[in-house]
Amino acid sequence: MPIKNITRSSIILTLFALVTTGLTAWTFILTKDRIAAEKENAIVRNINQIIAANLYDNDVANDCIVRQNHLQKKTRIFRARQAQTNVALAIETFAPDGYSGRIDLLVAVDSQFKILGVRTTAHNETPGLGDKIEVKKSNWIKSFNGLSIEPDNLQKWAVRKDGGMFDAFTGATITPRAVVNAVKDTLLWAQQQPDLFSQAANCGVEQ
Amino acid sequence: MSPIKEISWQGIWKNNPALVQMLGLCPLLAVTNTLINGLGLGLATLFVLLGSNISVSIVRNWIPNEIRIPVFVMIIASLVTCVQLIMNAYTYQLYQTLGIFIPLIVTNCAIIGRAEAFASKNNPLLSAWDALMMGTGFLMVLAVLGAIREILGNGTLFSGADLLFGEGATHLTMNLFNVEESFLVAILPPGAFIVMGLLIALKNHYDKRIENLVVGQQKSQKIERARVTLESQS
Repeated sequence: MPIKNITRSSIILTLFALVTTGLTAWTFILTKDRIAAEKENAIVRNINQIIAANLYDNDVANDCIVRQNHLQKKTRIFRARQAQTNVALAIETFAPDGYSGRIDLLVAVDSQFKILGVRTTAHNETPGLGDKIEVKKSNWIKSFNGLSIEPDNLQKWAVRKDGGMFDAFTGATITPRAVVNAVKDTLLWAQQQPDLFSQAANCGVEQ
Repeated sequence: MSPIKEISWQGIWKNNPALVQMLGLCPLLAVTNTLINGLGLGLATLFVLLGSNISVSIVRNWIPNEIRIPVFVMIIASLVTCVQLIMNAYTYQLYQTLGIFIPLIVTNCAIIGRAEAFASKNNPLLSAWDALMMGTGFLMVLAVLGAIREILGNGTLFSGADLLFGEGATHLTMNLFNVEESFLVAILPPGAFIVMGLLIALKNHYDKRIENLVVGQQKSQKIERARVTLESQS
């Protein structure tokens, strides 16, 4: 009775599909809030590395806007404020031209667009060479601290090999060049955006 | 040998999923650049294997033979998604590090291999034990591979322990020696192949020595080859 067999098999398969999907859905519901909280923590942890936590008192992970950046990609910008005073921006950006593809960066600037700090959040650069852009591996990324872009120092925003002021790593010039350019372009772009602080928040974990 | 002992021996040594069956090599080679990464993926795989073996064994008598593979795949895929969600929730940073290799556990042939070769023919208790032993065998190889590569490449051990065990475990990280320029090849994918090759060679060497000890003077000319229980390999 092949028809009977097919019917039976289909019913069993359907049952299994329902049960396994149910199990997955149940786990999803159970872990949903925790995952959202962890994501928020991760954002705050990254931001606190470059904007001291005692400088602001707002819910920085949720005071966030989405903007199309200089590379025509949507990025998030987090605003840190102390009692309604604008303190700093943490801008998510990336270098598209790393040695192994994209390098994700977080750039923090104060309200005068002076850099508070830069951190690498994700990259695939060669371990031991290009990965010195991580703060865990080298202090190089801290050489951005306190800098800003003025018309008269624009030329200096490059690695030393290109006549600029930033060191490159032995055996890896492409990585630092990509990071320096990305930070520079992000800063130039941000300076053209007058309402980064004032626009109403439209992203963040809660939305 | 009792079945329990036999299963343990098979899983951990004689038919080790990584060293002998050579299953799941892709995640194995890709994530073992530190001990903690290896342990993380090993534990995730062990958990999935345990869940899939037990569930397959429980339902084994109700599934018609023709649809057993789709059923196994559904069970495994759902378990992997659950593990993925749980890791995302409770070991967020480790999950970020292991990334794509957690969902890729679905494609680890060791898991469907055990479901097909063992769990679909044995009772839940034995299947659970089989999963534990096979999973432990896999976990051990991941851990040893990760440890060797981490020591050679970074001069550290247990770096990133806090990702797996929480903040309190940061002190576990050991700095064995400081290297100005680390031994790069150990961290890169070729290092994984080389160390893996050495581990397999070492195992075969010991197998031969044990065999010689047992057999004693009787020199057997017979060459025994390890067999994979499934034709398919990852």
